[in-house]
Order: sequence, then structure tokens, then C-alpha cells
Amino acid sequence: MTAVLALFLQALLLLALAPVVTGCIRSWKARLQNRRGPPVWQPYLDLAKFLRKDMVISEHTSWVFWFAPYVVFLSALLAGLMVPMLTAQAPLSLFGGVLAVVGLLALGRFFLALGGLDPGSAFGGMGSSREMTIAAIAEPAMMLAIFTVAIGAGSTDLSQMVQASQGPAWKLFNPTHAMAFVALFIVLLAETGRIPVDNPATHLELTMVHEAMLLEYSGRYLALMEWGASVKQLVLMTLLANVFLPLGIATDASPAALGLSVLAYLGKLLVLAAEVVLVETTNAKLRLFRVPDLLSAAFVLATLALLSTFLFR
Amino acid sequence: MDALSSGFLLKIALLAYAAGIVGSLSALGREKAANCIGFGSAILGGLCGIGAAVLGLASGTAGTAAFEVWPSAVPYVKFSVKLDALGAFFVLIVSLLSVAVSIYSLGYARGFYGRKQVGVLGALYNVLLLAITLVFSSADAFCFLVAWEIMALAAYCLVSFEHEKSETRNAGVLFFIMSHIGTGCLVLGFLLLFQATGDFGFEGFRALGGGMSPARRDAAFLLFLFGFGMKAGIVPLHVWLPEAHPVAPSNASALLSGVLIKTGIYGLTRVLLDFLGAPPNWWGVTVLTIGTVSAVLGVLYALMEHDLKRLLAYHSIENIGIILMGLGASLMFLHTHHPVLAALALIAGLYHTINHAIFKALLFLGAGAVLQATHTRNMEELGGLIKRMPKTALCFLVGAVAISALPPLNGFVSEWLTYQSLLQGFGTTSSLVRLLFPLSGAMLALTGALAAACFVKAFGITFLAQPRSEPAAQAQEATPAMLAGMGLLVIACLFLGLFPATFVKLFDPITRQLMGQELSSQLGLAHGLALGNTRLHGGTISTLGMALMGICLLPVPLVLWLWFGRQAGTRIGPTWDCGLRGLTPAMEYTATGFSKPIRMIFKALFRPRREVQREYDYSPYFAKTLRFQSHIEEAFVTRLYRPFNRAVLRSSGRMRALQAGSIQAYLIYIFVTLLVLLLLAL
Repeated sequence: MTAVLALFLQALLLLALAPVVTGCIRSWKARLQNRRGPPVWQPYLDLAKFLRKDMVISEHTSWVFWFAPYVVFLSALLAGLMVPMLTAQAPLSLFGGVLAVVGLLALGRFFLALGGLDPGSAFGGMGSSREMTIAAIAEPAMMLAIFTVAIGAGSTDLSQMVQASQGPAWKLFNPTHAMAFVALFIVLLAETGRIPVDNPATHLELTMVHEAMLLEYSGRYLALMEWGASVKQLVLMTLLANVFLPLGIATDASPAALGLSVLAYLGKLLVLAAEVVLVETTNAKLRLFRVPDLLSAAFVLATLALLSTFLFR
Repeated sequence: MDALSSGFLLKIALLAYAAGIVGSLSALGREKAANCIGFGSAILGGLCGIGAAVLGLASGTAGTAAFEVWPSAVPYVKFSVKLDALGAFFVLIVSLLSVAVSIYSLGYARGFYGRKQVGVLGALYNVLLLAITLVFSSADAFCFLVAWEIMALAAYCLVSFEHEKSETRNAGVLFFIMSHIGTGCLVLGFLLLFQATGDFGFEGFRALGGGMSPARRDAAFLLFLFGFGMKAGIVPLHVWLPEAHPVAPSNASALLSGVLIKTGIYGLTRVLLDFLGAPPNWWGVTVLTIGTVSAVLGVLYALMEHDLKRLLAYHSIENIGIILMGLGASLMFLHTHHPVLAALALIAGLYHTINHAIFKALLFLGAGAVLQATHTRNMEELGGLIKRMPKTALCFLVGAVAISALPPLNGFVSEWLTYQSLLQGFGTTSSLVRLLFPLSGAMLALTGALAAACFVKAFGITFLAQPRSEPAAQAQEATPAMLAGMGLLVIACLFLGLFPATFVKLFDPITRQLMGQELSSQLGLAHGLALGNTRLHGGTISTLGMALMGICLLPVPLVLWLWFGRQAGTRIGPTWDCGLRGLTPAMEYTATGFSKPIRMIFKALFRPRREVQREYDYSPYFAKTLRFQSHIEEAFVTRLYRPFNRAVLRSSGRMRALQAGSIQAYLIYIFVTLLVLLLLAL
């Protein structure tokens, strides 16, 4: 019973929290650029609006077009249920660890890219092509950074990874983890379409990647796509926050531990969001063919992290 | 003796294939009869083969099915057959595909009516299946090599089946030459083993263990790696594969890519884990490295292809690489005396072997259906087929998700096992070699992501959006028999993906035979619903759980939609065309365009060249005609094979001076050779 309750609560938390994190990033970015910007709850209003609107569906599309939003949304949500958020034990930890999380996100991306190709517009094809390329070169860096932590914990199970970094052996300053963290942070920027890689604020430009695939979506399918994207962002941020900085995460279900955990989790998320805002404001978007340089830097960092396990034991 | 023993069923299977050969040849003129007899008996053979394999695996390691194909009085020459656990597993693969592909062929062969001899196709097809089954079940090197040669010849004939095209003939000859170089190495390797035991029987080789000197073992390892690697299509011995597999009839392509290249994997597993004893470290390192390189290069070249069947052929190279990663890791664990991990890595490799056989056959059959409906393999002329051939499209999509290693299908499960064994490998040694494990894992991640990109392209360009040519717009759905064959493989993909904990029980006899370990009880968790490793605490997955949970979460979007969007309607409209006069198929993204970012990122490897010719009257911005050509360099052909070829031709040109055509000179050569040999013998 508690397991089902935990599952339910975590799903609710993921769905409720994801848009506000996106909203925070947008709003703070505007402030930092001397704009007033939208309120942080704007994404909720957007979602409600999309859900109410009529849909216009292209005449060239097939069932893949309407199937894709469900896959994108559900795979992100399912991946989120495998990541420990407030308690060290994730609700669906038995169903898969970090490899399953990566796999589910890849499944969502696969169908997102197919949905981009289905209407037959050149924009969508371009977006799909770029999205799959960027994901492909981000993947090795991501895996290597994850491996570095997984090897330390002796498991790919996220709950075990978090618990392993709970013990006395865990140290705040650990160069191995620091390098792996930076590598994964760069991957986060690439995977969530943030500025050095993709600009989330573009619409109808030749540089867009994620937006290009969504161009033909409208109404509730667009809502699912947007919501799925913010849940995916939250999942990746939670992964970074809780695996590398497991401070404050609840190891039991007592109210005090949970309360502390909520505060610590929100604090970590806000700090991460602030980092994203800083990066987005201080950098320009890279040309598509410079993105591999950034991601290979992440790969090198992850390799160094792995090598450093020989030094810092 | 029990009527339904493994050996009895294997005999029936072999006889059924033989009957298929005779039957379809005798019905040569009558196409319908030839089709039914040839592929019908192959279905029967496949069913009996499945039975033989399952009984063989269930009965344990000992290998119950043992008999001689025919008795022989010549010393050393024996045609004995014995089905042990490892062989039975591979017989299971070939028989499973035999059933599904033969059902498909009943429909597919109709495309050859009036054009080609269906009887010949059926006969060759049965020869191939018979030979492959014998390769997997033979118990001595002589029988093995004979079956191996028959298999290669049958494959050559199938590759050259549509020999009217010069492309097909060239591919056939290339396959023939390279296959025989590989066989030469195998003969030498088996002779080395024969020298040590004095017998060609596999029993003797098995007892040999580490009894050979290290230098000879290393030589045998290299010979077998080259010989079997040639058949498996490892980089850099892969160049024949993308030429030969696409030009064969699609049902044969499915067998070639699905099973034929697996004979190389079978041979390597058999020799390295069964015969040659405890492996030195560098064997495992070599196999793992070759596997990693093959996986990455295979998928990169696949991305550059816009010929649907060539693309699939390059993916075979990639998947062979992934299988070899498991095998190489297994060898390395045996070296460091970690039999449990070695068994885990072997299971990962073998699981991927059967997975690849199934989804690759499925994809080739889907490509065959597309080819039959549109008469082109060029993706740039396809598109929109999901509306004309919805069932074929669904089958192809399942195959594409499975090969891209996405949950919850079978490719994900076997790659997950590979990741697990690679990750656990880091702790097995303290030397720098252990870095190879996570780095291979990272390359596996790259491979998986690139494969996903490649299949977004393959499925998206072929089946989605608008048709790019008239034949694609007029395509017809495949016949029911073809759909049934593909449907069987879809079910197999789902079963292997959703119930891995049930399936891993099949590996128990194999790992008990080779490593003395049984892992299924440790791998299957939560009443077989989840896959994990309890002893190693490596992590768990449950693909079934993921699929069910996904369905359970489905109400979330539906409830939201009902809550908010009750009044929202749906309109059908044109795709956004930037206010122009409407989109035409020519404006869609092409396969070449889709892979351009990858081509530019890896340009050091591909060395892309392009030629653009514009004809215009006033300004280059208003071109009348445009001609675009784009090439990539096939590095292994231009850098490795062409120089080698030239060197061989040059040296044989020099040798020509010796061969002047005069009998007297030849007699002198013979005499001198005789003298030298006598002197050496003294």
C-alpha cells in the first residue's frame, strides 16, 4: 500500500513540479537579461490553454503522429518514477536503474523524431535529424559519467547508487564526482535543448531543433509534448541533484526526514536551475557543427573522472 | 528409445530439408508446386529443428542426440553429428528463422513466377538450411568443414540468384573469394588442433584444453579469429557483407544476415571457450576491441546508406560487434577466474545473437515486402508507405525499435546484459586494462544512439510523410503469407523482450557446459518478472513492468484531456508550407539530408565529396536544372583492400616470368623442389 502511495505521490510531484521548473528558468533568465519576463507559473497556463484548444493535424500524417506524444509523455514520466526524488528508494526501482532511465528517454526521443518526420515538412525533418545527431554524440559522455558513479556504487540501480553515496565514505569534495557532474551537466544542457546547443526561445527559425519537431503539433498533443519535455528536464536534473549531492534525502518515511528531504530537494533544484540560467545568459548559441566540440569536452571530462578513480580511492 | 528424442527430431529436420531440395528440383517447371514443396518442407524442418533444440537444451549438457550421417570406412573421415547445449541453442536460432522466413517465402516467391526458377530458389534455400543445421550440430572437424563449404556455396548461389545484374555478379564473386580465404584459415586452424590430438573429433579437441604450447595456441587463436571473423563480418574483414546480402532475394537475405553470419559467432564460441583452454588476457582484449570497433564503424557506415537493404547489412556488422563485446568480456573474465561474470557476459552475447537473428530477419523481410511492392531499394524514392502498407510498416517499426535497443523490446534486454557485464568487469582486475570495460560501454552507448538515429531515418523516410515516387504511391500491401512470417517474428521480439527471465533458463545448460555455472536462478527475480543479478547487486530491470506501468499511466493524459478539452475539436489541414503554394514530396527531408550532420561530424572517416552542377540563364539563384552528387570514401576498400589487391597483382605479374610455358622449365622446377624437400627431410 505504501509502495502504491509513494508511486502515486512521486508521479504527482513530477507532473506538478516540472512546469514550474521550466517557468523558473524562463522567468529568471528574463530578469537577468533586464526583461520582466513571464511569471513562474506561466507554463501551467500555457498547458491549460493548449489542452483547451482545437487541433489542426496535417493531412499527410499517419497514426505515428498521434502515437508519438503519448510515448514522449509516458516514457518521461515512467523514467521519473525510477529516479529517487525525496526518498532514497525510488518507487519503481525494481523496474530498472539508470540504464532503463536512459533507455526510456531514448524511446521518447525516437518517437519524437518520427513525429517530426511524419507531416513531411522540411523543418520537422531537419529538427529530427539534428536531435538524433546531438543525442548520439551526447550519449557516450552521459554513459561514461554515469558509469563512473555506478562503478563506485557497484550497481546501476539508482536507489543503490544514492544509498552508496549516503554512507561515511561519501565526501563533499570528490574530484571524480565533480568532473562527472560537470560532464553530465553539459549533457543536460544538450538533452534539454538549452542554449549553447539549442535555443528554446526560437520559433520558425532555421536554427531550431526541438521546436522544429513540434512545429506541426497543436492542442492537446502539443501540451503532452511540452509537458513531456519539462518532465524529462526535471528527471535529468533530479538525477544530477540526487546522485551527486545526496544531502538530505530521506532514508526512511518519517515526517521529519521527509520534510527535510523536500526542502533539500527544492533547494538543489533551484540551484541547478540557476546554473542553467547563468549558462544560458552568458553564452551564445553554438553553430551546429561546434556542438560536437562541447560534447567531446564532456566526454573527455567523463574519461578523466574515470581515470581519476585510480587516484582518489 | 523414446520416440521424440532430440536426435530423432534432428534427423527428421535434416531429412525434411533434403526432401525440400529433391522435391523443389523435381517440380522445376511447375512454379506453384515447387514453391509449396520447397518452402513447406523447410517449415517442417524448422519445426522439427526447434523441437530437437529445445529437447537438447532441456536434457542438459551431455548431448543426447548423437549419430553418424553416414558411416565411413576411411580413417579420420567421419560424419558424426552430436547436438550439445551450445549447438542446440544455435539450431534453435536457425530453426526459428526457418519457420518464419519459409512462411514468408510462400508469398514472396510468387514475385518470381514467370521470371526466375522458383524450384532452384527453393532447392538452394533448403541446401543452405541443411548445411547451417549441420554446421551447428557436427561433432568432428571434417563434417564441420564439409558442411561449412556447402553452406558457403549455397550462399554464393543465393547471392548470385538474380545474376542478370552485374552488381549481383560482382558481389557474388567477392563473397566467394573472401569466404574461401576464411575457410583456408579454418582448415589450417583445425590441422593445428589435429596435430595435437591426432583426431578430428570435437571430443578430442575438448580434452586438449591447454595442452598445446602457447605459441601454437596463439597461432590457432589468430587463424580461427580470421576464419570465423571473415564469416561473421568483423571490421576490417566486412567488405563483402554489405555487397552480398542486399542483392540476394530478400528471404535469403534474412537468412544470410540472421543466421549465416552467426556461424562465425558459433565457431568462435565453440573454439575459444570449448577447445582452446584458459585464454590469455590478450585474446579477450582483442575480441572486445574488435567488437567495439565493428559496432561503431558498422553503424556509422549504415547511417550513410540510403539503400534500405545495404543499410540493414551494415547493421549486421554493428550487431556482430555487440555480440563480440560480450564474448570478449567473457574471455577476459575467464582469464581472471571469474566464472560467474564470464557466464553473464556469454549470456549477454548469446542473447544478443538470437535477438539480432530475429529482428534483423524481421527487418529484411519488411524491406523485401517494400522491394516487392515498389521495385526499389532506394529510400529516396520511397515514403508514405505507412498508408499503403500499414501492417508491413507496423512490423518494420517493431523491428526498428528492437534493433535500436529501446525498452521494452528484446534489443534493450541484451544490451542491458552487456552493459552489466562490462560494468562489473571494472572490478575484476587492477591493471589499466580495466578501463577498456567502461570505454567499450561508452562506445556501446554511442552505437545504440546512432542506431536509433539510423532507424528513425530508415523508418521515417521509407514509411512516413508523402510518397516520393509513383511506384511508392501505388504500392500494395504484402500478401497474408508474408505478413504471417513477419508477425511470427514480431511475437518473438515481444516475447524475448518482455519475458527475459523465462528465456534465460535456456542458457543454463550452455553456461554449465562451458563455465560450470548456472545463472538463471540468480538472473530471474520477483517470480520471473524482473531480470537482475542478486549475487552481484548489479541492478535490475523489468521490461514487462515498464510496459504494464506505461499502460497504467495512460489514463493520466486521457483524464486531462477529458477535463480540459471536452469542447476541443480536430481539423485536418495542410502541413505548414511557409505561405508557399503547397508542399511537394520534393521538399521533404531526404535520407541523405537526414544523415548529413553525422557525415560532417565524422568527416575525417567518411571524407565526403560532393558535386553540384547548376544550369542557369541569368543568375545562379534561379537555376534551371540542378545536379547533386555526394560520395563518401569507403576507407577500408580504398586504404586497405585496393593497395593489397595492387600488390598481389604486381607480384603475380613478376611471377609470370617463371611461367613461360616451356615443359622443360617446369620439369626442372619439379626436380629442384623434390631435391630441396629430400634435403630438408634428411
